[in-house]
Order: sequence, then C-alpha cells, then structure tokens
Amino acid sequence: MGIRFILMVNKQGQTRLAQYYEYLTIEERRALEGEIVRKCLARNEQQCSFVEHRNYKIVYRRYASLFFLVGVDNDENELAILEFIHLLVETMDRHFGNVCELDIMFHLEKAHFMLEEMVMNGCIVETSKSNILAPIQLMDKAS
Amino acid sequence: MNPFSSGTRLRDMIRAIRACKTAAEERGVVRKECAAIRAAVSENDQEYRHRNLAKLMFIHMLGYPTHFGQMECLKLIASAGFPEKRIGYLGLMLLLDERQEVLMLVTNSLKQDLNHTNQYIVGLALCALGNICSAEMARDLAPEVERLLQFRDPNIRKKAALCSVRIIKKVPDLAENFTNPAASLLKEKHHGVLITGLQLCTDLCKASEEALEYFRKKCTEGVVKVLKDIANSPYAPEYDISGIPDPFLHIRLLRFLRILGQGDADASDCMNDILAQVATKTESNKNAGNAILYECVETIMSIEDNSGLRVLAINILGRFLSNRDNNIRYVALNMLMKAITVDTQAVQRHRVTILECVKDSDASIRKRALELVFLLVNDSNVKPLTKELIEYLEVSDQEFKGDLTAKICSIVEKFSTDKIWYIDQMLKVLSEAGNFVKDEVWHGLIVVISNASNLHGYTVRSLCKAVQTSGEQESLVRVAVWCIGEYAEMLVNNTGMLDVEEPITVTESDAVDVIEIAIKRHTLDLTTRAMCLSALLKLSSRFPACSQRIKDIIIQYKGSLVLELQQRSIEFNSIIEKHQNIRSLLVERMPVLDEATYNGRRAGSLPATTSASNGAALNLPNGVAKPAAVPLVDLLDLSSDVVPAPSPSGGDFLQDLLGVDLSPASSQSGTIQAQKNGTDVLLDLLSIGTPPAQSTSSTSDILSSIQDNKTSSGMLERLSSPSGLSAQASSPAGGSPIMDLLDGFAPNLATQEDNGPAYPSLVAFESSSLKLMFNFSKSPGNPQATTIQATFTNKSTNIFTDFIFQAAVPKFLQLHLDPASSNTLPASGNGSITQDLRVTNSQHGKKSLVMRIRISYKVNSKDVLEEGQINNFPRGL
Repeated sequence: MGIRFILMVNKQGQTRLAQYYEYLTIEERRALEGEIVRKCLARNEQQCSFVEHRNYKIVYRRYASLFFLVGVDNDENELAILEFIHLLVETMDRHFGNVCELDIMFHLEKAHFMLEEMVMNGCIVETSKSNILAPIQLMDKAS
Repeated sequence: MNPFSSGTRLRDMIRAIRACKTAAEERGVVRKECAAIRAAVSENDQEYRHRNLAKLMFIHMLGYPTHFGQMECLKLIASAGFPEKRIGYLGLMLLLDERQEVLMLVTNSLKQDLNHTNQYIVGLALCALGNICSAEMARDLAPEVERLLQFRDPNIRKKAALCSVRIIKKVPDLAENFTNPAASLLKEKHHGVLITGLQLCTDLCKASEEALEYFRKKCTEGVVKVLKDIANSPYAPEYDISGIPDPFLHIRLLRFLRILGQGDADASDCMNDILAQVATKTESNKNAGNAILYECVETIMSIEDNSGLRVLAINILGRFLSNRDNNIRYVALNMLMKAITVDTQAVQRHRVTILECVKDSDASIRKRALELVFLLVNDSNVKPLTKELIEYLEVSDQEFKGDLTAKICSIVEKFSTDKIWYIDQMLKVLSEAGNFVKDEVWHGLIVVISNASNLHGYTVRSLCKAVQTSGEQESLVRVAVWCIGEYAEMLVNNTGMLDVEEPITVTESDAVDVIEIAIKRHTLDLTTRAMCLSALLKLSSRFPACSQRIKDIIIQYKGSLVLELQQRSIEFNSIIEKHQNIRSLLVERMPVLDEATYNGRRAGSLPATTSASNGAALNLPNGVAKPAAVPLVDLLDLSSDVVPAPSPSGGDFLQDLLGVDLSPASSQSGTIQAQKNGTDVLLDLLSIGTPPAQSTSSTSDILSSIQDNKTSSGMLERLSSPSGLSAQASSPAGGSPIMDLLDGFAPNLATQEDNGPAYPSLVAFESSSLKLMFNFSKSPGNPQATTIQATFTNKSTNIFTDFIFQAAVPKFLQLHLDPASSNTLPASGNGSITQDLRVTNSQHGKKSLVMRIRISYKVNSKDVLEEGQINNFPRGL
C-alpha cells in the first residue's frame, strides 16, 4: 500500500539499494528491476518522471549517476513522491556530506537505517531531517 | 579462527566485487564469500557476525540466495549490544519475509525488545514488526503495540501507529481496539505522530464502516483545524520544504478529509473554507506547492457537490495543463479523467489541448491523453476528433499504434451516424494500421457493408483502390477480397456511382489481378489466402471470360502443403470444371447479414434462438463473447468460427425429410478430411441431393461457414419446395433476390417444421467459457429413443485439456454415452468436441427429458468443474 518498493540504480543498471515493502521472490525481483530500469534509463530529460508499469506507477528521478525509483500504487500522489525522493537525498546529504554513489555503496547499512526511519510498511513516517538522523547519529557516537 | 573468512571487511568485499570485469568473475567472488560466511555460521562465530550479515545483505541485494544467513539474524537480534541488534533487525527485514516460518522464532525476542527500557530498541522492534509481521505475530503482539501508542516519546508513538496499520491489515478484527487511541493521536502536535496517526485513521476508515462514522462525527472539525493551523503556520525550519511547512502533512490531511467527506454532506460543508483557502493561497511555482494543489483538487472532486469549489478546481487543472513541465501535465491529465464524471462541459473546453497531448513526444502523456480523449467523445465532436486521431495514426510509433487503433475503431463504431462515414473511416484505419485491427472489427465492417446496399459499388471501388496502395495490411486485404468477390460486377460496371466519386475503369482481369497479387503475397496468412480462393471462385462465376485464368491460379494450390488451401483449391477446381450448372447457385450473392443480431451477439447477449431477433442496441465491442454453435433456425446469422451445428443439423433435417442416412463422419467438424474424400463426398451428396456441407470443415473462417449456410439454405429451399425448383435456376447477382431468398426461406422453414418430427437444437448449457449444444434426432422406428449429439465449444481464449463430460438422468430415462471425439477443446471456438448420447425415455409422451450434467477440464493446469441442469428439452422427446 502506498509505496511498494524503493530502488537506487546506477546508470549501468546495477542496483545499489533495494527496499521492498511487499513480498517478491528473488527471481521476480531481478526481473522487475531489469524491466523497470531499462524503461527509465531509456527516457530522456524532457519526458515526465512517471512511468506506468503493470498495475503500478514508477516515480523516478536522476541525481548525478544514480537513479532513484519508487514504485507506488496507482492512486498515490506522484508529485508528493517526487518531493519525498528529494527529501531522502537531502537527508543522506546531510549525514554523509555531499553524498555520492560510493557513499551509499560502502555504507549500505546506514542508508538502510535512514530509509527505515523515513518509510515504514510503505507509508511515510517522518519528514524532519533532524528527527530522522537523531538515532543514527546516536548510534554512531555510541560505537 | 577460520583463515578465509571474516577477515575481509564489508568494504573490501565490495571493492573486490566492483573490480570484477565479468559476471562469471563476480559469481566466483560471491561464491567464495558465501562459503566463508557459511563456515563462520556453522562455527558460531561471535565477533564477526554483524560484519558477515552486512556482507550477506549486500550479496542479497545483488540477487543471490542467502537463506543460510537467516539464523544469524536471529542470533544477532538476541544479543545485547545495540549495533548488533540494529544489524540483526535490518537483516531480518531484508532477508526474511512474512512467509518464512523462521519468523515465529523472533516473536519472543520482539516481545522482550518491545518492553525494553532503551527507547531506541523499542523503536527498532516496532519497525521490524511494522514491516514484516505475520497474522499470528500480529495477534500476539497487538496489546504491546496498543500500549505503546500512548508512550511518552513521540518517536515511539509514531512507529507504534504505523505498526498498528499493519496489524489491522493482517487481523481486521482488532480494528476496534485501535479506534479510540487513533482518534487521540489526531490531537498531537508532533508532525511525525500526526502523519502516522492520519495514516492509521485512514486505514481504519477503509477497514470498517463504524470507524468511518466515528471519525466523521468526532474528528472532522479537529482535522480541519489542524490543516488550518499548518497552512497558516509561520516558518518552521524543521519541516519546511521550499517555503511550505511540511507538505507531506498537508497532503495526508487532505487525503483524510477526502475520505471523511466522500458521500457525506455535513462533513463536506465543514471543509469548504479550508479547501478554498488551500486552493487559492498555495504557491504553485514549486513542486511541493503543486503536489498540495493536486491533492486538493482530488479532494474537491470527490466530496459532495459545491459548484464554487469545483470551478476553482477546474481552473487549477487548466493551469496545470498548460504548464510546460511534463510532470504537471501528466498529473493534470490524470485528474481530468476523474473530473469528467463531475463536469463534462468544463473538460470539453480543454479538448484542443488534450488532443495536442496525444501527439506529445512523451509516452506516458500520450497514453493518458488518449484515454481522456476516448472519454470525451460525443456525437457532436466525433467527426473532427476522429479525423485528428487518424492523421496521428499515420505518424505514431509502433507500440502506440495498437492502442490507438483499438480506440479509434471503438469510437467509430459507437458514434457513427451514417454508414458512408463509417466505411470511409474504417477504410482509412485499415489502410494505415490494418495489422493491428482485431477480428471483431473487420467482421463488423463486413456486416455493415453488406447492409448498406446502396453503397456496395462505392465500397468495392474504394477498397480496390486502397488495396492497391496498402496491400500489406492484412485486414484490409481480407475485406477487399471479400467485397470484390461479392460485388465484382459493380466494380467493373461502375454501378451505383456516388456524386463524390471519380469514375475509374476496372476491367475484369484487373479485378482478378488484384486478388492474384494478394494471394501470392507471402506475408499474408492462411485465412487471407483462403478467402482469396473463395473470392476467385465467385469471380469465375460472375466473369465467365476469366474463368480459365482463374482456374489456372486455383490449380497452383492443388499441391499446397497447407491442407486448407489444398482442399479448397481442389474442390473449387472441381466445381469450375465439372459442375458449371450449380456453380452460379453456389456463389450467389450473400444474403444480408443481420446487423442487429450481430451486434447483439457481440455485446455478449444470448444467441437468439428464433430468426426474428430484436435488435440489441449498438454496444461497445469490448469484451466480446464470441457465440459458438448456432441454432439451426439461425442458419443465416453469423457464426464465428466454424461449428458443426449448421452442417449436421442441416443433415439431421434432411435425414428426417428424406430418410437418408448421412454418414456421421462427414458431419463432424474439426476433423480434417483428405482431399479425395472431399470430392467423393461432394459427389455423393450431390447425387442424393443433400448440401455439400463439408467442403469447408476446418479452422476458423466465418465467411466460409456463412457460405455453407448459404449453400445449405439454398439447397434446402430447393428441396423443400420442389415446385419452385425452376425458379431457382436463375441466380441473379442483383440486389432484390437477396430479400426474396430471405423471405422465401422463413415460411419454408415453417413448413419444414410441420413436415417431419424435427426438433430444434438446444443450447443446453452456457457459461462464460463453455457452450454446449444438443442436436436431436430420432430414428423413425423407435419413438422412445433419441440420439443427441452434444457439441462443446470453448468461448474462452485458453485451451481446455482433459475434457470430460458426464451426465445423469432420472430413473425413468436410460442414458448411454458414446466416447467423445477428443478431450482437448481448442480455444475461442476454433474447433469443438462432439459426443453422442442415446436416451431412452420409458415415459415417452408423459414426461419430457431432464438431465444433470457435469463438465470437468483443465485450464493452464488448473482443474475446473462446471455443473448444470438441463430442463428445457423439447417436449415429445
């Protein structure tokens, strides 16, 4: 419901982060990721950021070398999801400082923690960057 | 310690994987790592457990199986330190899912963690629960979660709220427990709690009606107030996004208001002010503002009618539509589709812009715009719209053409006012995109053409021109070939010229040329070539001068490897050579296909069992249920795909009349006969005087079956009124005798029914995917015994296998089932299964037949069982 999955994929089609909020087997996931990424990568700048795939919509945006894809139900507000993607990127930026693809790759757990604070079970939980980052910063201090 | 493993840190493994140049190398590295991790798992290695799990997560993300790591997650969760717990929970959420039984083992750990003193750990547990709990876990842990809904820390409250959402979804009975706490959440100040609280309330409303009522009564004003506060609140750095304080909260509030206001006038009244305020005051130069406006418009459209607000909403939509940003336009098109149900006029004003969007370079926008256009079409604007769409069809790209063609065809069909316009448009579409056109569409076109008798000449000439330019479009060729065959003299003699036409000269041999080119083109498929052969036969009768040339063309297919073509070629050749006397009769003009019945059929209504069917209204041809077997009385109606009913029932008729035993083998449809049998049977039948019904027994071709019907009806008529035999000898190619045939047929049919103990066939059973027809015959000696031929036709598009038919009868009947012709039923009526039943009625005359049937078959390896009772047997059986 709401958000079905969140993917971060680079321009060569390699998945950098994948969070699914509904159950899919591994083969289904790979197939899905392959199809969607091909569709999104083929589009150019002028085209709109929404792609319809099967019975849900994909909202995507490209930041430097990374594509952020969010799969949502058909009745979800697409513009809000675009805002959410931007919020996610800004949050990661605040934590890692000028976040880039390698940061996400090498600190995959932290990226997941952040995402978990923001989205639970497909619904947006928290939208304040400080609230999101507080537990993570605490954990970093403790370890 | 294991020398291989855990020495590598996560980042080293990632570097190693990144350094791989090929997929095989990557697989090798991953395999090595997995082996190391497995070794560490079996050794129960404490120190590097979390590192191993992190590696496992990375590997899982790449798409490799990782189930050996699941127990590791559990052990990590159970450990005391926070980092280990964190990684453990993360692994839990990524690597496991609710279907695994391992999850049950976690329940205890979760319970302990939910009661932990450290609130972050409580948060962790709530998070995990909220993401993947199963129904049993939900039931176990629901009380804990409820308690946490009132915890002092807002972070915990917000997580508990979302956790409750999942619990309610999994165990809807628990919804009542959460209603009260949820209402109190709405009074919070913390945005996170508000957002999740709203989500919880929204889901509660969706789950139960009482909750919806409760919230409507108690919370509507509260929510309106919250929205007002937030809309008017001053700058808050925490939640601000491009100048708007917390747009996510705005959107959630609007959505909740939508649910509250839908269908309820009072609630809608409450919200009017705030909705107006949000709609007017929100800045729309940034995406966040637009998102809020979008949600606002959706809410306005869904709640009870308020014209002022609606006008406001449509204005916003208009602004969106002319925005240059593609995202905004997409969203506007989406909203317009909903707005159409509310206010069609307003949307019509934007018709031109929408039409522009159909031609946009962006695929998503094109698709949306096309659907919207389809909803916008009405009688007044159909002509210009269709013109535009057809022009666009020429330049659109391949994937889009299919959709576009289907939509244009349905628009044209639904709204066509006069036949000539319909025919023109369809010709254009066929010339452009004939390959995308579905079968029903060109069948329908043929029906219309045959009904528009004054337009026959015009149609056939236009088709001739069109096919010379666009000969690769399959459907176009089929329609053209059929028309040329039927109306060939009109083509050559330029009869029935309309004012708008320019005269063209087409000689007889030109007409034959066109068909010859068509039949030789290798891209066209079997059906088209079969139709070409039929058309050539017709031409050979209508243009005797070209007969020899046509014969030469037909002969070429005598040795064709495709059985259908070979059979036709031989039989037609035989007709041309040896049976000139009946040739003209055989290829007489087709009787007018009854448009009303055809449309009624296509809309999925039951097949008419009487020839006088009331015309069903012209319905959209979407979702056509192809009718299968045709009752005898409707010989002249279209039956899609050859079914045995016409031929054997024709045979049955004659059997009764003449006491002649037609060989049953020849009347089975779906059995393909060798060519020799074809000609032999033909001869036999002709000598007896029964119709050559089997000449085209095989795969789908409605037109050949119509031809069958036509010939059999022609024959029947001849036989039943012997005095009128001489009258039939003149086979006119003009228009009026068609009606004579029709008229002549009906009363004859009535007399036929009086003559013999013939029983009409019966649609014994029909479901959405299967149709069963019974044809009856009695042997003259034994009135108590009836032979029933059951014919099964498949209406769906899947093949049925392992098809078994069983029947049960009451005690006064005796039933004997012969083995079925096969137990595979091809799809979409492409063939059928026949099975003979013999029933002996010991109470003949006193009680009529009644039967219980059961049909079992397999579809896509799923078993299907259909049962029914047949009570409508004719009396006297």
